Amino acid sequence: MIQIKNLHKSYKMGSSSLHVLKGINFNIEEGELVAIMGSSGSGKSTLLNILGMLDVADKGDYILDNVPIKDLNETKAAKYRNKFLGFVFQSFNLINYKTALENVSLPLYYQGVARKERQELALDYLERVGLKEWSTHLPSELSGGQKQRVAIARAMASKPKVLLADEPTGALDSKTSYEVMDLIQKINEEGKTILVVTHEKDIAQMCKRIVKLKDGVIIEDNKIKQILASSYV
Amino acid sequence: MFSRDRWKEIFDTISKNKLRTFLSGFTVALGIFIFIILFGLGNGLKNTFQEFFLDDASNAIFLYPGKTSKPYKGFKAKRRIEFKNDDLLDIKENFPLFIEHLTPRITRSALTSYKNESNSYSTRAVAPGHQFVEKTILMKGRYINQLDIKEKKKSAVIGRLVAKDLFKGEEAVGKYINVGSTAFKVIGVFQDDGGDNEERNIYIPYTTRQLIEKSNDKVDQIVLTYKKELGHAGALALEKSLKKFLKDKKAIAPDDPNGIYFRNLTDDLKQTQQFAVVLQLIVSIVGLGTLIAGIIGISNIMVFVVKERTKELGIRKALGATPSSVIQMILQESIFITTISGYLGLFLGIIVLENIGLNLEEYFIKNPFIDSGTAITATIVLIIFGGIAGYVPAKRASSIKPIVALRDE
Repeated sequence: MIQIKNLHKSYKMGSSSLHVLKGINFNIEEGELVAIMGSSGSGKSTLLNILGMLDVADKGDYILDNVPIKDLNETKAAKYRNKFLGFVFQSFNLINYKTALENVSLPLYYQGVARKERQELALDYLERVGLKEWSTHLPSELSGGQKQRVAIARAMASKPKVLLADEPTGALDSKTSYEVMDLIQKINEEGKTILVVTHEKDIAQMCKRIVKLKDGVIIEDNKIKQILASSYV
Repeated sequence: MFSRDRWKEIFDTISKNKLRTFLSGFTVALGIFIFIILFGLGNGLKNTFQEFFLDDASNAIFLYPGKTSKPYKGFKAKRRIEFKNDDLLDIKENFPLFIEHLTPRITRSALTSYKNESNSYSTRAVAPGHQFVEKTILMKGRYINQLDIKEKKKSAVIGRLVAKDLFKGEEAVGKYINVGSTAFKVIGVFQDDGGDNEERNIYIPYTTRQLIEKSNDKVDQIVLTYKKELGHAGALALEKSLKKFLKDKKAIAPDDPNGIYFRNLTDDLKQTQQFAVVLQLIVSIVGLGTLIAGIIGISNIMVFVVKERTKELGIRKALGATPSSVIQMILQESIFITTISGYLGLFLGIIVLENIGLNLEEYFIKNPFIDSGTAITATIVLIIFGGIAGYVPAKRASSIKPIVALRDE
């Protein structure tokens, strides 16, 4: 599903430049649930941003679902993002003046789905994350875990090939974290490819594969035996 | 632009961000409102000014006979000059290309009465052309005509206030009034922008006046209007040659300053026009200044609005919004708000202007107004600049990488 070859990225910091990614190589198959781990500064967020087309690599190849991702302008990147990717952020990033339902249907709006269909689909996804009866509530009326579940529903609504989660449990307590991870595992079980960036070991253990980054290179890449989050709940 | 879905999205955003919508709408409405009020008041000031200075026809020349101060051609000094009917004819015959209207004016004061009401009014014995010289506006009936002059009819055109005083609301035209000891038939009622005193005059045919005064042919004063095409220089030249012609005819020394007096309004007119231009300039500057202030106001609001929405725009972009759809959304939203509130300000301004208009005459502001062309142009200018002001930050926001916009503060 994802092929990455010799990926480099550096940031200009005044006169010097900071080499963040120093040649990353890895492949992700369809249906995998991968944790990307590393301390802060290891380059894990940069990698995720490049995978999410929110940032551009300096060098290297990135192939997503057999489509080479290169020479992106903003418009093209926006279209690819909309078509291929779903995002889950640490700080949820819901639009605060829109209800849960409207937030979930927003990516469908940008896909050009008709209004009625959009609402039906969005409600369907809200139901899947267990928030159907909260559909008319604003984000400010939801708890952190609920917000993240709305965000996951929103990420799923556009039927992406890959779900990218950047510290999805970073702002949640452990009980809520496990609930969210449970949801992520269930979505993965349905066949969705998911990448989770995290620095929490117990969260990483709930994935099927752990990729460890240090100083811009991969130091470990192991398939592990997944711990089911539902066993904690 | 016309997709129903996008409009729905915009209405949604507008209605859920009431403070923001109110702020930007209020700025535009206020800008237009103040523009219309100030511009209207400026126009009111101009109206007052014009009424003060442009009462009589501005292209008039007044001729008064005087006393000579120098002996000439065998005549002694201190000889009294008099105008006669043939002077009128001579002027008419010799200057046909330059003169528009020509009229004598013989002013007398007389006790005038109708039934039990009486009062003293001045009567002006004139020719039909006087109507244009004095800019008399007829309310009812007609003015003095050539037939009145020829047959020396006892016809009178009375001022609005004369009619009010004597007739107390009764129909005046067709009734007879006594002017001095002579009965005149009222043929018309007039009004005059020159003020109340002008409306206390009575106009009668000059030939009738001469008939009453023992059939003489004396004329107190001659008033004429020259053709406007002559301009300032032409008017001065006409005055000069008229002076020469009349002095020649009346045997007055060419260098005698006292035989005939001229009052030429062309200098006044020139000054008045210059002053009017300055006034117009001031009104325009005030209007332009207000408009610029409004544009700056809406620009500030738009920058603020886009800044506030940076994160939201980042989210939208992460979810697949293209840069152009972001720009379009912001523009469409801002133009929609500015258009609605712009026209709101426009109508409010016009309504207020019309209602305060009547109460400001004592402050030298008369009938303030704004022509719809200026008002609508100003509104459109503000909308366009509101759009531009929204476009610049929107363009910048749309090119910010979503990752930057989404970074936690």
